[in-house]
Amino acid sequence: MPSRTAGRAAGRAAGRRTGLGWLWLPLGLCALFLYLPILVLVAMSFNGGGSAYRWDGFSFRWYAELARDSDLIEAVVTSLGIATGATAIATVLGTLLAVGLARHTRSKMLEAAAMAPAILPDLVLAIGLLAFFYMAGIPKSALTILLAHAAFGTAFVVAVVRARLAGSDAALEEASRDLGAGGFSTFVLVTLPSIAPAVVAGALLVFTLSLDEFVIAYFTAGPTTETLPITVYAMVRTGVTPEINALATVLVLISVTVVVVAARAVRRTEKS
Amino acid sequence: MPTRSHGGLGARLRRGVEPAVLLGPGLLFYAVLVGVPVGLVTGYMFARRGRFGGVEWELSLDNFSRVTDSVYLEVFRESLGLALVATVISLAIGYPTAYAIAKLPPRWRTVALVLVVVPFWTNFLIRVYAWIVLLNSQGVLNDVLVGLGVVDERFTLLYTPGAVVVGLVYSYLPLMILPLYAAIEKIDDELLEASTDLGAGRVRTFLGVQLPLTLPGVVTGSILVFVPSLGNFVVPELLGGGKTVMVGNLIRDQFLKAQDWPFGSVLAMMVVVLLVLLFLGQAWVTRRVEGGARA
Amino acid sequence: MTQSTTPGVLLEVREASRSFGHVRALDSVSLTIAENEFFALLGPSGCGKTTLLRSIAGFEHPDSGAILLGGRDLLALPPNKRPVNLMFQSYALFPHLSVASNVAYGLKREKLPKAEVTQRVAEVLDTVGLQTMADRRPAQLSGGQRQRVALARAIVKRPRLLLLDEPLSALDRKVRAEMQLELKRLQHEVGITFVVVTHDQEEAMSMADRIAVLAEGRVQQVASPLELYRHPANLFVADFIGTSNLLAGPSDRERLMVRPEDARLVTPGEGTLSGTVLDTQFQGGTSTVAVEVSTLAKPFLVCEPGATAAVRGTEVGLVWDHSVVVGEGLA
Ligand SMILES: Nc1ncnc2c1ncn2[C@@H]1O[C@H](COP(=O)(O)OP(=O)(O)O)[C@@H](O)[C@H]1O
Ligand SMILES: [Mg+2]
Repeated sequence: MPSRTAGRAAGRAAGRRTGLGWLWLPLGLCALFLYLPILVLVAMSFNGGGSAYRWDGFSFRWYAELARDSDLIEAVVTSLGIATGATAIATVLGTLLAVGLARHTRSKMLEAAAMAPAILPDLVLAIGLLAFFYMAGIPKSALTILLAHAAFGTAFVVAVVRARLAGSDAALEEASRDLGAGGFSTFVLVTLPSIAPAVVAGALLVFTLSLDEFVIAYFTAGPTTETLPITVYAMVRTGVTPEINALATVLVLISVTVVVVAARAVRRTEKS
Repeated sequence: MPTRSHGGLGARLRRGVEPAVLLGPGLLFYAVLVGVPVGLVTGYMFARRGRFGGVEWELSLDNFSRVTDSVYLEVFRESLGLALVATVISLAIGYPTAYAIAKLPPRWRTVALVLVVVPFWTNFLIRVYAWIVLLNSQGVLNDVLVGLGVVDERFTLLYTPGAVVVGLVYSYLPLMILPLYAAIEKIDDELLEASTDLGAGRVRTFLGVQLPLTLPGVVTGSILVFVPSLGNFVVPELLGGGKTVMVGNLIRDQFLKAQDWPFGSVLAMMVVVLLVLLFLGQAWVTRRVEGGARA
Repeated sequence: MTQSTTPGVLLEVREASRSFGHVRALDSVSLTIAENEFFALLGPSGCGKTTLLRSIAGFEHPDSGAILLGGRDLLALPPNKRPVNLMFQSYALFPHLSVASNVAYGLKREKLPKAEVTQRVAEVLDTVGLQTMADRRPAQLSGGQRQRVALARAIVKRPRLLLLDEPLSALDRKVRAEMQLELKRLQHEVGITFVVVTHDQEEAMSMADRIAVLAEGRVQQVASPLELYRHPANLFVADFIGTSNLLAGPSDRERLMVRPEDARLVTPGEGTLSGTVLDTQFQGGTSTVAVEVSTLAKPFLVCEPGATAAVRGTEVGLVWDHSVVVGEGLA
């Protein structure tokens, strides 16, 4: 019966165009819930008055304060340093680990162990590291935070790269060896290019996670180390000023840029 | 004459060196920075508290018996309750949202997913702080409510258990939506059409086909919201005003204030055990639903 | 380690065995392959063909046995040191490299001068008819073109032995027939010994000089296509290659095999057997007549030239000019 299939096809096409129906409602409400607080912060950052809540005329005043806050700028520099170091270590170790797991193990246990730090509650890792640095007599500092972030960052790189390797053709590496390449050449010429998007994605992930990480940093920071989240925590606890609104706006802008750039980069590499 | 051969000595050596080079550094790094710390916390559970932090290595099981103290039982009850409420609300918001995203045209799907993760990538403390601004008695929400005449007087929503729940939901909602989306998106539309074709209505199809097939996603998302909620100490402190104490606050205080590391370790390991049990449950559900299709 | 081999023999597999758990993928396999031969490994899916090929290439290690190439022990060498190349079933073309870079990959590993690499790549692309595709990525090629790139990438290394795992299985029917001829032409042109794995008996028959039939990890018979067809070593080979009618044999463990084209229809009562015409099929050049014989479990098939005169439901007699006795058990 041709009319029936034609009817169904037409119905489906129509469904695709307008079929969301009532589903726009949860979508809209969820977007409102997720973005309203952020939008209020952004709006309030241009508040001319001294209250974080009460609107008192438009001004860039708090952005100027922000640029002059040397403690905050120092914290940003510390955080960027920690994030860079942690990303470098985690990307190298995580990539090697993921490739090693894919090539040389069938143990599900070992794979789970390699990703466990990403799943382990941050508070547990934080107190464990606190205990470890205390027992080993290592003074807490920016370096201990860096090592701690590298440890859980490695797990995220393993997870992302391992997923990419699972979807790739094992025959590619075999083909390389068959054509006369040794293990190292194969890694550099075939394995790395095929996992490059995942490695980049993993590195970006670790960098942003480290910049944002509070709990582990809070437990493993030295008495004078201040990362950005630790400073924000102190600011929020001691009193709410419009300066935080300005800082929040800058941070939101940065993360939006990073996410959009990352999403585009991944899409572009997937296409080619 | 058949020869037994597994490759020469050189070949065998190469096969041994490569795994060591690839796996060695990472596993060593983990052993020191994850294995030893978690081992220490495990060991602390059976030790006595040191006077100024740290522990005395004397075998003691007191830390376990303290858990049943009524003060702490009350904290557990309240934490589990709040975390559960936050999970259920996340699910109630997350499921329809994930469903709607899965039904969007492919181009818009990516955009919607990016929109879901963007707040998640903004600083966690800033996200919590935003609710202080919103919920404050001088805040925007009050402006709106008073302006609309819904309430007569300004009142504070801040520093209540409700504010804590809102903060937890806001913090972890993306972790609910993403696994739900993955599960919903995987369902073959023809399965739902088959159900309708066989005479089931919308509700029957949802309860009989859609929901069971997405159950692994529901469970994963729920774990990802529930467990971090239990361990969170920032939200109760900033939005609950310290009146609401969760397990996370208790653990933090044992380490940074009360200096009772052994008891803090017991509390932390309870969360870990709960997490492991929940993940075992999740694996079981996934196996049931996928019916060993991959085995 | 050099061990004596017959002159003219390129590859020798001696009693190679390989088990995966309880599965015996290779069970004491012995084979010799001559220089410049087009050799096929034929058998149903799961019989161990890929395992044997990968053992020769070096990606699988036999639990016992030996593999010699020109008298030299191959098993002592890692895959990248073996003068043998494998064309993968999935082709395994590097997606991030152009066609020319894919083909040049193996030559660069030999540290050849740049000019020579460029020249040999151009030559081999010419041979497989892909000169104009040199700068494309594998994703921009059709299935048949990808297959040619994979082939070019392997033969440009001038291996002593080229192994091809189901080289045509990913192609559609029409391209496949074209490529069968092409592979044969190429093998002749480059003078490299080919070992092709396939589960398609027609493909093996039309390309190979000699065929080894495998079943359950064991070699059933190694012979020329004609020999396999006319004198199958056992029931498995007889059944796997072509169509056959199987009748009671001289003993319990043997059967008599008659090929459909060796049989003819005669008037009832005059034949060795008699039965009723069940069905007739016209295939163009020939027709097949299925005859139901009361003593046989399956209909007896007769292949006649042109259109058949047989009518469904009529009684007929059956005679044949040629038959062979085949054993029942597997080797
Ligand atoms: N790496 C492996 N692990 C376990 N079993 C395997 C492996 N490789 C092959 N086998 C088993 O060995 C048998 C032969 O496989 P294979 O050589 O791939 O057969 P073919 O190529 O003839 O289809 C099959 O039963 C297959 O399941
Ligand atoms: Mg195979």
